[in-house]
Amino acid sequence: MSAHEAAIETHEVGSKKLFAIVWFWLLLFTGIEVFLAYLRLAPPLMLTILVGLSLVKAALIISYFMHLRFEKLGLFLLLIPAMVFCICMMLIMFFPDSLRVVDLGVK
Amino acid sequence: MSQAEHEGIIESAWSGGRAPFAINSNKLGMWLFIISDSLTFSALLVAYAYVRLANPDWPRPFEIWPAIAKSTLMTLILLSSSLTMVLGVAAAHRGDRAKTIKYLIWTMIFGAAFVVIHATEWYTLMVTDHVTPWSNPWGVPLFGGTFFGLTGLHMLHVTIGVVYLAIVAAGFKSDKYDASDVEVSGLYWHFVDLVWMFIFPLVYLMSVNLKG
Repeated sequence: MSAHEAAIETHEVGSKKLFAIVWFWLLLFTGIEVFLAYLRLAPPLMLTILVGLSLVKAALIISYFMHLRFEKLGLFLLLIPAMVFCICMMLIMFFPDSLRVVDLGVK
Repeated sequence: MSQAEHEGIIESAWSGGRAPFAINSNKLGMWLFIISDSLTFSALLVAYAYVRLANPDWPRPFEIWPAIAKSTLMTLILLSSSLTMVLGVAAAHRGDRAKTIKYLIWTMIFGAAFVVIHATEWYTLMVTDHVTPWSNPWGVPLFGGTFFGLTGLHMLHVTIGVVYLAIVAAGFKSDKYDASDVEVSGLYWHFVDLVWMFIFPLVYLMSVNLKG
């Protein structure tokens, strides 16, 4: 590692207390998810809540444990928007017409 | 003032010889790998959701005990491993070699525990319930394919992660690797944790059998 690269790695990496708080929130959200499994919610509502909670948990992990919150904004802009766009493109399969495979009798 | 500035040449962050994102190349490489791997898992999860939606009689075989209890325990284990990993990275940046190794060993123990518990669950499904990637007693054959495909690829990542951390810990102990290498291995480990945060609710909690 060059002296320049060594210098740019000496940034603040967070405190024990901060990591413990993030861990606690992750456990709490997991607990809520498991509790929801006991309730007989309609699948679309259940799916929406679970995916929402998972996205919050993912954001916490990426921001604090993976340190992205403390990196340059350019790194975030390089990585996240392109990934979100690609995932959104995958979801194109869920437009109502795409499930016509069921009606076509493909078993 | 640098030589280029002294000579009046406008230097761009993109002109080479600099790190525009203020991270080293190893870390940028790991981030790019994580993005590509996240798309692999996203594709698998989207495919799972699609075939599930296309099959109204999709089975819901996971009873609260033992399947949901086990998978919840596995989630707690992975979250705890992420905490020990991030504490290990912080210790490495402080230059505390002994604590770094200790936290990395705890992370590996948690990772190994996750794989062992997951393996017992696979064993129950395959031997007791006769579920294979091609068939299962509950009707929709794709259940086994999507379940084993998703959880199998994730379990492979965890196993590789444990080996990776062992190599990094040994290298850090012998001064072959430095704190930035520990941090890069941490990025991989947290990603493995992050993927499980989607597999657990979508595969397990959406298929709870409350009658059991």
